[in-house]
Amino acid sequence: MTALTDDTLPATPRSIRDEMIVFVVMALLLASVPFTGVYPFFVMQALCFALLACAFNLLIGYGGLLSFGHAMFLGTAGYCSAHALKVWALPPELGILVGVAGAFVLSLITGYISIRRQGIYFSMITLALSQLLYFIYLQAPFTHGEDGIQGIPQGRMFGLFDLTKPTVLYYVVLVGFLAGFLLIFRIINSPFGEVLKAIRENEPRAISLGYRTDQYKFLAFVLSGTLAGFAGALKVFVAQNASLTDVHWSMSGEVVLMTLVGGLGTVFGPVVGAFVIIAMQQYLAGFGQWVTVIQGSIFVICVLTFRRGVIGEIAHYFRRSL
Amino acid sequence: MQALYAQLLVGLINGSFYALLSLGLAVIFGMLNIINFAHGALYMMGAFVAYFLLNLGGINYWWALLLAPIIVGIFGMILERTMLQWLTGLDHLYGLLLTFGIALIVQGVFQNYFGSSGLPYAIPDQLKGGMNLGFMFLPVYRGWVVIFSLVVCIATWFLIEKTRLGAYLRAATENPTLVRAFGVNVPRMITLTYGLGVGLAALAGVLSAPINQVRPLMGADLIIVVFAVVVIGGMGSIMGSIITGFALGVIEGLTKYFYPEASNTVVFVLMVLVLLVKPTGLTGRAA
Repeated sequence: MTALTDDTLPATPRSIRDEMIVFVVMALLLASVPFTGVYPFFVMQALCFALLACAFNLLIGYGGLLSFGHAMFLGTAGYCSAHALKVWALPPELGILVGVAGAFVLSLITGYISIRRQGIYFSMITLALSQLLYFIYLQAPFTHGEDGIQGIPQGRMFGLFDLTKPTVLYYVVLVGFLAGFLLIFRIINSPFGEVLKAIRENEPRAISLGYRTDQYKFLAFVLSGTLAGFAGALKVFVAQNASLTDVHWSMSGEVVLMTLVGGLGTVFGPVVGAFVIIAMQQYLAGFGQWVTVIQGSIFVICVLTFRRGVIGEIAHYFRRSL
Repeated sequence: MQALYAQLLVGLINGSFYALLSLGLAVIFGMLNIINFAHGALYMMGAFVAYFLLNLGGINYWWALLLAPIIVGIFGMILERTMLQWLTGLDHLYGLLLTFGIALIVQGVFQNYFGSSGLPYAIPDQLKGGMNLGFMFLPVYRGWVVIFSLVVCIATWFLIEKTRLGAYLRAATENPTLVRAFGVNVPRMITLTYGLGVGLAALAGVLSAPINQVRPLMGADLIIVVFAVVVIGGMGSIMGSIITGFALGVIEGLTKYFYPEASNTVVFVLMVLVLLVKPTGLTGRAA
């Protein structure tokens, strides 16, 4: 099987330094958003999806596993957080914790089931599992079916930060995103991440070297699902609702698209991809279903001519790891 | 009891669609190593082509049954020639992503022009009405769908397992290079195979048009169920796909009668159970 990425550079001190520099630039740029007059709601939304795409990328870009059901973690965490905040009236930090815990449990179960098959079957299984969950949420009373959970109170984070103020909320979401991103960055560059890459490149060889690849893939799945859940919990504060849209297969498809556009297996690609796709949806909102057609076309174009994605092409051109 | 038999019949009909679609998926996967995500969209196109033929060209159901699979099959072959063939040698996942994109495009275009509501397609005169079987009332059209699908499935099985053409096909699945060395035009066979698989999906679409109405998203959710069917049955055997398809349809029908709340989810739950007990699927070899 040919690898997903054609030019993998080893993680050297130089590449890690490059990536840290880009990370600092990105953090500074994002931190200055409230002073530029850019609509913060848009950026917050994009940040949540960027974190989701990064979590998804951990699985496909470094583990070679294409999950077509990552919306289930986004949606589950969203419902759990929303329920905790609205019905149990928990403070925001505990609400996030409940959402992340929900996604963690879900990823344990779905990971245990789906990791049993590889390649194309893995994608179909994750898709089917997320559809199963979609129907469960459609009927379960606590999700309020088609209406979703609406009007979620944002509250005060740690009793200090008033999340009803857009700027405060923005920085909380930004800190959440950066923390999640750094964690993924750390995972990728850890010995665990190296083994994961080895499995992606050549699983039989990794097995013959004595690695129990199923356990590595399972752990990667749980990490990815839990982090995706973190993104879903953050998104509840931005959107102030939790609905079936977040569990639908089309959402899983969007996450795949974001990562593909930015670059599979690149550190910053998913972030760029998320901003591109969310911006596109924002500007093309008036075109109705043509957005779907455009998204489909981007899929086709990316797969046929642009498989490295935006960041992947840049990295390839400069022979750097980004 | 009447209700139980009625649900069993609905189950058999859904089972026919599962069988026709998973059969096409299996045939395509064998030759192209691609999971055709566009299968649901092409099934929908089959129904729409029948609708256009009737309402724009005045061409009746019986001709649509022949023409729609051919038209959609040609469309599929164009897709294969212009896009899918460039994926040879790449990771399987790209095939899934590309066909997912194609599905979004096709469904999006139809949604733009026809919205999300259903268009009616009348049952042909010859198949109207029903007959009393003593224990239940059987609408003729529904009985026709089940029998006709079964015949098509068996014919496809016969074509692939028992004819010379099928032997070439199976040989090319195992080792395309060697078959090419014997002078068989393998790329053309791949294109025709894709056309065949897609044609089966379109045929299922025509069959379902009078029952389920013609809707742009009629295939979008169906394809996910069919994926679960494929995971359960495995894609190694043609007969396996047919049997699993019908069996799961019947199980779904029974669930609708005994525990309707789970009728949407029963196939997925069964998939989970099969994965826990026999991860390679019921008929599949280790992937």
